[in-house]
Amino acid sequence: METTSSYRIQGATGEWEVVIGLEVHAQVTSNAKLFSGAATAFGAEPNSQVSLIDAAMPGMLPVPNKECIRQAVRTGMAIDAQINKWSRFDRKNYFYADLPQGYQISQLYHPLVGEGAIEVTLDEKDPDSAVKRIGIERIHVEQDAGKLMHDQHPTRSYVDLNRSGVALMEIVSRPDMRSPAEAGAYVKKLRSILRYVGSCDGNMEEGSMRADVNVSVRKPGEEFGTRTETKNVNSVRFVMAVIEHEANRQVDVLESGGKIVQETRLYDPDRNETRSMRSKEDAHDYRYFPDPDLLPLELDDAFLEECRASLPELPDAKRKRYEGDLGLTSYAAAVLTAEAETARWFEALLAECGDQAMAKAASNWLISDLFGALNRLGLDIEHSPVSPKQGAELLKLVADGTLSGTLAKQVFEIMLETRQDPGVIVEEKGLKQTSDTGAIEEVIAKVLADNGDKVEQYKGGKEALFGFFVGQTMKAMGGKANPKVVNDLLKKALG
Amino acid sequence: MTELTDLGVAAIRDGVRDGSFSAREVATAFNDRVAQAKALNAFLVETPDHALKAADAADAARASGDLKPLSGVPIGMKDLFCTDGVPTTAASGILDGFTPTYESTVSANLWQAGAGMLGKLNLDQFAMGSSNETSAFGNVISPWRRKDGGNAPLAPGGSSGGSSSAISARLCPAATGTDTGGSIRQPAAFTGISGIKPTYGRCSRWGTIAFASSLDQAGPMARDVRDCAIMLEAMAGFDPKDSTSLELAVPGWEAGLSSDLKGKKIGIPKEYRVDGMPAEIDALWEQGIAWLKDAGAEIVEVSLPHTKYALPAYYIIAPAEASSNLARYDGVRYGLRDLPDGAGLQDMYAATRAAGFGAEVKRRIMIGTYVLSAGFYDAYYNQAQKVRTLIARDFDEAWTRCDLLLAPTAPSAAFALGEKSADPLAMYLNDVFTVPSSLAGLPAMSVPGGLDGQGLPLGLQIIGKALDEQGVLNAGLAIEERAGFTARPEQWW
Repeated sequence: METTSSYRIQGATGEWEVVIGLEVHAQVTSNAKLFSGAATAFGAEPNSQVSLIDAAMPGMLPVPNKECIRQAVRTGMAIDAQINKWSRFDRKNYFYADLPQGYQISQLYHPLVGEGAIEVTLDEKDPDSAVKRIGIERIHVEQDAGKLMHDQHPTRSYVDLNRSGVALMEIVSRPDMRSPAEAGAYVKKLRSILRYVGSCDGNMEEGSMRADVNVSVRKPGEEFGTRTETKNVNSVRFVMAVIEHEANRQVDVLESGGKIVQETRLYDPDRNETRSMRSKEDAHDYRYFPDPDLLPLELDDAFLEECRASLPELPDAKRKRYEGDLGLTSYAAAVLTAEAETARWFEALLAECGDQAMAKAASNWLISDLFGALNRLGLDIEHSPVSPKQGAELLKLVADGTLSGTLAKQVFEIMLETRQDPGVIVEEKGLKQTSDTGAIEEVIAKVLADNGDKVEQYKGGKEALFGFFVGQTMKAMGGKANPKVVNDLLKKALG
Repeated sequence: MTELTDLGVAAIRDGVRDGSFSAREVATAFNDRVAQAKALNAFLVETPDHALKAADAADAARASGDLKPLSGVPIGMKDLFCTDGVPTTAASGILDGFTPTYESTVSANLWQAGAGMLGKLNLDQFAMGSSNETSAFGNVISPWRRKDGGNAPLAPGGSSGGSSSAISARLCPAATGTDTGGSIRQPAAFTGISGIKPTYGRCSRWGTIAFASSLDQAGPMARDVRDCAIMLEAMAGFDPKDSTSLELAVPGWEAGLSSDLKGKKIGIPKEYRVDGMPAEIDALWEQGIAWLKDAGAEIVEVSLPHTKYALPAYYIIAPAEASSNLARYDGVRYGLRDLPDGAGLQDMYAATRAAGFGAEVKRRIMIGTYVLSAGFYDAYYNQAQKVRTLIARDFDEAWTRCDLLLAPTAPSAAFALGEKSADPLAMYLNDVFTVPSSLAGLPAMSVPGGLDGQGLPLGLQIIGKALDEQGVLNAGLAIEERAGFTARPEQWW
């Protein structure tokens, strides 16, 4: 469903609409580089993951890494894109010290993946809000460059080639986005899909995913304006900030009679501004041509079948299943499926519960109790101190009446601290809730005797005091009394 | 007894095997001869120890009955092949001081087969040239001289001129060459030896310094066809490190040698009769036709209509690829670095590349950069690729009428050094007969056919279908047997 964004920049001459396209560079999850066997681990010692090929030694030749191609194909399938069974690598020629070959092997003329799209929910806090389809023009695979280090020596720059030759997917969107929020939602959704597929870890802070942000402005309904491209933006927040800043800057320029120059810009997060890097006139002539060291990439049906069969259930499908089959609210389904890790955790939890009927309880507990705790501890779900198995055990103790909600929360706190199983904690700390009517009746008798005045008031019609008696009884029982039994016995005792 | 250095590959191999002489004696004899031939400037690096070590291994292998196909055979290695621990420069100043830590697949295959290395052979810088005059380390001189008594130093051909000069001067029984547009065949023709460029993809390009990736192909040069077959068997083979390498078993080319051409049809491409070709070359071509007839072949005239576009297409495609392949020589990681005081990165690039590359290399980088640049790409590069397709189609068409083609290797005998170096176009014309088969990736060979009036060797070229090295070698053998070419340069160095 196509929706029109209401996001507008209020200029002196009226309203302006923003047009956004993103080129996302996603590092392919693979143990080896695109054309060499060198390792790709993040944070290794400089130049410790460099093969002769990555350093472009004389006579070295690239050989495509099948796993990188496979991951890009699977990604293409996940965004419902056309997979090109015949594609080709081209050389993009330019000189820079971080580019050992003097060219980057990329795909200009015949990319691996063609037209596709993803759907984003425009208000992430409201999963029932409008959905927008953002077109993806293509995905091609290419080599990453190395890194220059300017802070190692007062007068020299150093080169680290660990990233040189690492496989990237360049995912090029259509200029379909109209607000910073849409662009942010697009990047998040794309990252979520990549993580589900397992083709990119999506860690923007480690540089495994970054975006080139194309922005232009126009009066609503008019032709596209001239765009600028802000390079290498490495967080969702920054993508949104760049758009907002750049759109406003362009409106200012246009309204003061200036013209937008097609240029490449850089974002400075410290000052929250973009700066011109080079204009179209200084743009490199990359002299693209087919890489003669490589044959065209031809994919057969068996390979494509294997790629398709290996795809996991994707977030949109999962969300629908959670709502339909598990009966979760659309909000819960959206939260649980937004990240692959959360969904994996939830499904493990539910499997341990061994009963689909516990889906709601499991979902509630995960979203409020577990997320709350992880938030407090500053941990993500992969590093949860409590395992799905332990979570399920806790939920079962509640379901069978062993623990009250209050007791369950206490047990959970202890689990977080000690990492013990809930059953063990219940045994050791004696936190089992009691339904022993004799013991409860004894306590109730004492509570009522100690609060004769309140009993009078209650009987005189102040029924709200019932909660007070429940609280006192529970308190006296150390929270271990079965609340339902307490209620029943209190009602009886108060006549 | 014959001098050991007069022996070819097969004779040395067999002699070592049957105990006529030791491999060490052979290596020592060639090492000495190399050391005495500095005037030819054929070797950039001499590696006598490498040859001796391989020889000792061969002698030990003989004792244990474990001889390999090239045990005891010392060879020369064109300095375009990276050799572990031995300086490798492609005859360019930009790689001055570069010593690889790895071994090219082709050279590794040869060492694996038992061969030893006498040294690294001079060549045109980055294999760009037809006369060896573009080497940064001085041109190789041909051992041949004209009969006119002028003693003008002659070109050994190029780019594999160190290889051709060394083999014809008996400094080595065989050597590696590389052929991008004729760099094995033309120098072989100029110096009276044999050389074959196999089908593109037969020999791995891994570890061979690239000139034009879609054309570069290694091949052997030796004194006769059999020796070429033995060498090629050792050099060729599938290499997973080269994506363009052919995943095919290496045939037993030596075992398959036969000069009986009954049932074979030899095509004579009419477009190769170019204007202004010396009568002696034409006459040799006719002679070649007669020899092949005599060997049982049927002769048919064929047409390769796009031949005249081959040279222009080649001089677009090869420089285009070269301009990109040579971008890695930037002074950042290895080789020459020229860092003027206070220079930035761009200044370093400019100074390094200005100082490190020779004039011909710079010319081709500029041509290649131009034909790939925005606005010219379609008119030049794309157009040249279309021509390349048409040329390949010409050959396919010819193969419906014949099995092999016969043509001269080069339009002239060896020219004098300096004679064409001022005129790049005249120099490029030397490749006119060799370039079409390179563009089509076909196997092609030059064998000596006779001498011209000045007593200089002339070569005949056989071109075959893709993967039909055997057919090419066999026709070469038929010519060799009938030509009875025994001329050798008189030693003056």
